[in-house]
Parts: sequence; structure tokens; C-alpha cells
Amino acid sequence: MNASPRAARAFSARLSALLFAFAPPAFADWGLNLPRGITEISRDVYLMHMVVLWICVVIGVAVFGVMTYSIVKHRKSVGAKPAQFSHSTTAEIVWSVVPFFILVAMAIPAAKALIKMEDSSNSELTVKITGHQWKWEYEYPDYGIRFFSNLGEASRKARELDSGIDPRTVPNYLLEVDKPMVLPVGTKVRFLLTSNDVLHAWWVPDFAVKKDAVPGFIREMWTVVDEPGTYRGQCAELCGRDHGFMPVVVEAVSAAQFDQWVVAEQTAAAAEAGAADRAWTISELMERGQAVYNTNCVACHQANGQGIPGAFPGLVGIEDKLTLEQHLDVVLNGVPATAMQAFGAQLSDADIAAVVTYERNAWGQQKEEMLQPSEVRAAR
Amino acid sequence: MNAHATTAHHHGPAPGLLRWVTTTNHKDIGTLYLWFSLLMFFIGGSMALVVRAELFQPGLQIVDPHFFNQMTTMHALVMIFGVVMPAFVGLANWMVPIMIGAPDMALPRMNNWSFWILPFAFTMLIGTLFMEGGGPSAGWTLYPPLSLQGGNSLPFVIFAIHMMGASSIMGAINIIATIMNLRAPGMTYMRMPLFVWTWFITAYLLIAVMPVLAGAVTMLLTDKFFATSFFSAAGGGDPVMFQHIFWFFGHPEVYILILPAFGLVSEVIPTFSRKPLFGYDSMVYATASIAFLSFIVWAHHMFTVGMPLAGELFFMFTTMLIAVPTGVKVFNWVSTMWRGAMTFETPMLFALGFVVMFTIGGFSGLMLAMTPIDFQYHDTYFVVAHFHYVLVPGALFGIISGVYYWLPKWTGRHYNETLGKWHFWLSTFFVNLLFFPMHFVGLAGMPRRIPDYAVQFADFNAIATIGAFGFGFAQILLPVIVVMSILGRKKAPARVWEGAHGLEWTLSSPPPYHSFSPQPVVRSRII
Ligand SMILES: [Cu+2]
Repeated sequence: MNASPRAARAFSARLSALLFAFAPPAFADWGLNLPRGITEISRDVYLMHMVVLWICVVIGVAVFGVMTYSIVKHRKSVGAKPAQFSHSTTAEIVWSVVPFFILVAMAIPAAKALIKMEDSSNSELTVKITGHQWKWEYEYPDYGIRFFSNLGEASRKARELDSGIDPRTVPNYLLEVDKPMVLPVGTKVRFLLTSNDVLHAWWVPDFAVKKDAVPGFIREMWTVVDEPGTYRGQCAELCGRDHGFMPVVVEAVSAAQFDQWVVAEQTAAAAEAGAADRAWTISELMERGQAVYNTNCVACHQANGQGIPGAFPGLVGIEDKLTLEQHLDVVLNGVPATAMQAFGAQLSDADIAAVVTYERNAWGQQKEEMLQPSEVRAAR
Repeated sequence: MNAHATTAHHHGPAPGLLRWVTTTNHKDIGTLYLWFSLLMFFIGGSMALVVRAELFQPGLQIVDPHFFNQMTTMHALVMIFGVVMPAFVGLANWMVPIMIGAPDMALPRMNNWSFWILPFAFTMLIGTLFMEGGGPSAGWTLYPPLSLQGGNSLPFVIFAIHMMGASSIMGAINIIATIMNLRAPGMTYMRMPLFVWTWFITAYLLIAVMPVLAGAVTMLLTDKFFATSFFSAAGGGDPVMFQHIFWFFGHPEVYILILPAFGLVSEVIPTFSRKPLFGYDSMVYATASIAFLSFIVWAHHMFTVGMPLAGELFFMFTTMLIAVPTGVKVFNWVSTMWRGAMTFETPMLFALGFVVMFTIGGFSGLMLAMTPIDFQYHDTYFVVAHFHYVLVPGALFGIISGVYYWLPKWTGRHYNETLGKWHFWLSTFFVNLLFFPMHFVGLAGMPRRIPDYAVQFADFNAIATIGAFGFGFAQILLPVIVVMSILGRKKAPARVWEGAHGLEWTLSSPPPYHSFSPQPVVRSRII
């Protein structure tokens, strides 16, 4: 059997990888290479990636080339007689020392880039990012804005097991959220990153920014976005069942548009605060409750309320197991050491009242037990 | 030890099935390890196929994400602790005593015990899949706080890991004791075959780091059940501390999974090149350097946790340094082939495949070592491609190469060379179809450990899944070829391969039940 096709294939695989890497527009749909990105850091990183890739390719071609030559020429079947040499001090010194200097040459720019990446001083805007199972929370402390960013509704429906919806028909499948982070372009933004439960990692490839969100600790990172646009990424650290379903979407806009967005957000927050003052009807609560449930609860407790036996408890019949007060307490304060979070810190009074009402009436006896937003406010 | 060696060779194996339960014979125990590893290989492989089947198309078609996470976690635990490590220990059991001219392993009863722990440990580990709430689903790295959530599988998994650790440590002690005490007269350290050398160093790594893993998982246990807070900030602990402890075990573990494979191809390539191994001394020193470096690079697995700049720089520099001794190894293998007289029997094909594809994994490893770029690669399919290149066409091809190399020695019968070559070419074609596209989707932004993905990753994932099933089914050839060799009629001579030189080729095929008694005298390096 002839061994050269194997080496030849390895070579041609590398070669085609290269060609692809250098023709990004033609192969853009296939997604073959790191994005060049739209920040100074991401372009530095991309350049370094390409240089190291090429160094590896050149060394690989040389080593596999020698090996292929040897396999073709130094085979017994073509009458090769084995030499008996077993070492060469000169060669061994050369191939220890030369790679060392290549490595030093690679390490210097890498160290420089790293020092730049870790310097988040002189930022002009701070955004606090908190990872939750399984959504991101964005807070702008300077503006009193705080909201959650959940997987978009179309993706959420299509991703269910055997949903019958072809993901190819869903725009930006799994990379769309209900409410993106909004950033002004040309501004040095400092991110403060933490987590509410388990480890997550916030990542936007186009920014070349990725860091783990660690519960109980705050990490820093920064970026300056050069071009307006929508940039997408995903959670990059395994965080449980729906790790694959907590995308990151950042909308970069002009400074003027950013200011408008801030005002609109502040107005909407004031309106929501007033909602707790009035009495809600059961149908209002059920409608809102279903939306809140589908965004926050469905991943564990499932759309039919059955949960996943052994992993996540079911909620069917909860109106008989827990009193209204106990139910509210679990939702507000969570259950320690489980995936059940304290939603009191995440949801508004109206949301909590609605979701508790929904859970008590959606699948079981429908006793029309209600919880009003004002009661939630009192219980906090 | 001496008393045993002198009395034991008067009797043969116990009759019937009890032979395999009570045996203290290094070859019997080696055989048990190898069959166990093969069984686990198909179990762990089936789990990988569940993962790949789900990833064939975007959307969720087959399994719930919770079960998907159990499959990725269990696949890794089974492949690492149930396949690669037992296969290496099995090969060591069979071959180390023979290669150094010893009658048996130094501690035969402990040898029996260290094997028989494993079936129980893995029954318990895999059994957790059938518990309410399922098996572990936080990844094989068991990072808290995630690993502390969920069902009641955790204590069972931890106990299974403790048992595997005890088994590995006993195996390692046995190998060190054998190599230090039972070498034949004249078999000095610098005359030992490379496979013996790499295992000698690996055994020290095992003894150094398995207790560290045991400590880490025990802290998980007390955090979950005894109200400690090693890894919880709320009680003054730190989740990242687990990662430091885990990877202090984990990085040497990576070399535990590859160094014996370096030894295997260092036996095979000289034999089929009909030429001595190039740079024996530098191979030994390179192995030792890699082992040393493995203790000071651990945090390159966790560049994104938010370490201080000085830490990131330190771990980047030390990690890049590993390329030097690893490069020496590759250059030495190629130089061994240079101006040899090569033939390409199945063991040689797998060894050549190892050199090429392990090197590809080494290149992506070098790219991953560069911290600023690693931020982009980290936790993507680029990493999955990297470590699978190192572990599948790396460690696994090394093991398979060793198995074909010594199979006629073990069974006393030739295996079917044509089928062996089919096994190689099918494996090589499909393994690249499986893992090469993962580089592309990883660079394009697909995170690892996700059960569903954005549609732009669909084409490469479909290709990878086809590769996975092709590779999986091609592996059925391995037990077929082994069984055909056992049942075969074509008798193998003592020296199976024309260019083979070690002591193992001076014994009959199959070797006598008690290997060397009296011990041979070694007068020069014989590889
Ligand atoms: Cu996450």
C-alpha cells in the first residue's frame, strides 16, 4: 500500500485551509476564519492570528515535505538501504535553538497586545454585565438603566425539541435577543462583569472581548467600537441546560442616537414603576404571566409545567402544594444551591405577580387565585 | 518480591474464568486492561455519536439539552479515564516487564487489584445516567458552581473518580517499582526502550497529580454536602480556585495521555525504518522537559477567568516553551525515517498518521498558547478540534499502532494486514472529516458544549457528523482483526518484524506464561 497519498492529502488540506483564509469574501457564508472585527484590538488579534497561522503552515510544509520525500525515496520497495546514523549534535542544537527564537519573536507582540487589552483606564462609559441562567442583564449605572436580554422569541420557539420550525427560516437563529445592549461608537466603554449563579462568559467576536463571569467577583474589560452596527456573540462558558441559548447582541449607534435611547429607557422605566399601583384583572395577569413564564421559567419547568423529573421540579398542581405566600417567597428569594434563582432582583412587581398567578392557574384546577403587584411590593 | 519470582514460575494459569479474577500475571492483567479499554471505547464512542447526531442539523431533533450535556461530560470521562489511560496501563503491563527483561511486574497482587477496581468504578460512573436527574452534566472539568447544581449523581461520580485515581496510582507505583528493581543485568536507564522511559516519567506524573484531582473533587463534595465554601464567594471561597487546582492536575494529565504514545511511535518508527531511533538521549530529555513544564503551564486552560496580567504573561511564555521539546520529538521521528528503508505495515501507517496529525494538533496548541488570540479561541470548537487532534489521531492512533505492532507477539498469530490497512485508511479519512472542519466553525465563532447552533455553522457540522459516524463504524474493524488474529492459523515467529530489535522479540510468540526467567544480559542499547 502506498503511503504518499496520506501525506499529500494532509498537505492539500492545509493548502486549501490557507486559500480559504485569504479569500474571506468568497467564503464568508461558510464562516472559515476569525472575523477581523471592528475594534483596534480585534484587528491586532486577527493579524497576530494570521501571522502565527502562517508560521505554523510554513513549518508544517517543511516538516511534512521532508517526511513525504523520505516516505517516497527511502522506502524498501524502491531498494533503499538503511543508513545507521543515530544522532547529530549540530542538527539537534539547531532545531532546539531556532524554534526558541521564533517563539520569542511571537511572544513579544503578543505580550504588547495583552498589556493593551488589560488596560481599562480612562473609560467614558460603564456597563455592568451580569450573567444569569440563561440570560444577560445589562446595567448602565450612570443612567439608572437596567434590563435583561433574553433569547429572541422566534429562536425560542424554533429551538424546542422537535419544534417543527426550520431554524433556517428564523432570522439570526439563536443570535437574536429581545433587547440588545446599546453602545455609542467611538467611546471607550468599560464593562464590569459578574454572575448571579454559575460561570458564564461574555463574548463578542467582533470586539475580540471574552471573559468569564464569576459569581461573587467583578471582572473588568473594555472596548471602543469603531463602526455602528449590530454585533452578535454567545455565552462561551458551559452554564447548564440552556448554555447554548443565551446570545449576546450589541447595537452600536452614534452618540446622538445613544442619548435618545437613554431618555426613552428612563421614560419606560418610570411607566413600569406606576403599574404596581393599580389593581390588575385575572386576564391581564395571565397574559403577562405567560410572557414572563416563557422568557424566564420555561427552560427548566417546561412549557407544560411538567419540569424534568429529578433535575427540575414540575409546577402542575403547585396551587395545592404551596400557599400563595410560600409560592411568592420561592419566586422572590429562590431556593439556595439549586438552579432556582431569586427572581425578586430580576423582575418587576407586576412581572412577579403575573407569573405567580399564571403558574397557579395555567395547568391545574384554575381556581382563579390572584396575586396583585401591590402585594408583591409589600412582600419584598 | 524475589520469593515470588522464584516460586511463581512453577505453575501456569488457573483454569477457567477464575483465571481472570485471581490472576497476578502481568500478561493476563495487561490483556484485561486492553479488553476493558476496548469496551469503554465503544461506550464512550456511542456517547460521542449521540452528540454528533444532535449536531448534524441546526435545531433540536434528538435529545434534550440536559441529556446532551450529560453525553459530552460522560464521553470525556469515559474516554480519558476508561479508554486512553487503561489502554496505556495495559500496554505497560504487557510490555514493560518483557522490554526490560523482567519475569513479571514487581507488585503482582496490587496489579490485580488496580485493574479490578476499574469495572466497579465505571459501572458506578455510567450508572449515574440512569439516576433520577441523570448523570453529571457540568462537563468533565466539573467546574463549580454548575457541578454543584442538579441531581444526586455528584457523590457517585466523585466516588468513581476516587476509585479510578486509586487504580491509576497503584498502577503507576507498580510500573516505577518494576522499572527501578527488575531491569535485567546490563539494562541501564539509558539503554531502556523509549516506551519504558516515557511510561517511567508518566508514572511519576500520575503519582504527583491524581491526589490533586482527588482533593479537588473532595472539596466539591464537602461544598455540596457539608456546608463548606471552598468554591463559593458567599462563604469566602472562590470558584476560580477549583479551576486552578483542577488544571494543576489537568495539564500533567494531558501529558499522561500523550507521553506513552510518544514512546509507542518511538518503538514503531525505527522498526519499520530499519534504522536506530534518531537522538535517543534528546528524546529522553525532551520527555522529561515536557513533564517538568507540564507543572507550570496549567492556567493556560483558563486565560479568560480574569487573571492578573503578570499571571497571563507567565503562563503564556511557559506554554509557548513546550513547543521546543515537542518540536525536538517530531524532528527526531522524521530524522529516524530519513535515509531508512521504510515499509508500511499497519503499525507504521498508524505511527506516521500519528506524527502528521499530532503535529497539526501541536500547531493549534501553539496558537492557543498566545493569550491575546486565545481570548478568541477559548471555549470554541477550535479548542475542540485542537485537543481531539492530539487525543484521537494522537494518543489513540499511538495506542492502535502499538496494538498492531505487538498483536502477533501476544497472540502468536499474524493479523490480517489487508484489513489492518483498511482500518488505517478509513480511520484517517474519517477522523479528518470529523475534526478538521471544527477548526473552521470554531474560528467563525461556534462555542463548544452547545446542543444547537446558528445556521451559518450548519454545513461544517453536517460534514463533521458524517466523519464521526464513518470513524465510529470503521473502529469495528479493530476487534474483528484482533479476534481473527487470536483464532487465526498463520503462526508468527519470535521476531515478527524484520527491523525489530527489543528484548520482546527474543521471546517466543506468544511469550511463555512467566516472561524472563532467568533474566537475559544486556550488553548495549538495543533499539
Ligand atoms: Cu451562560
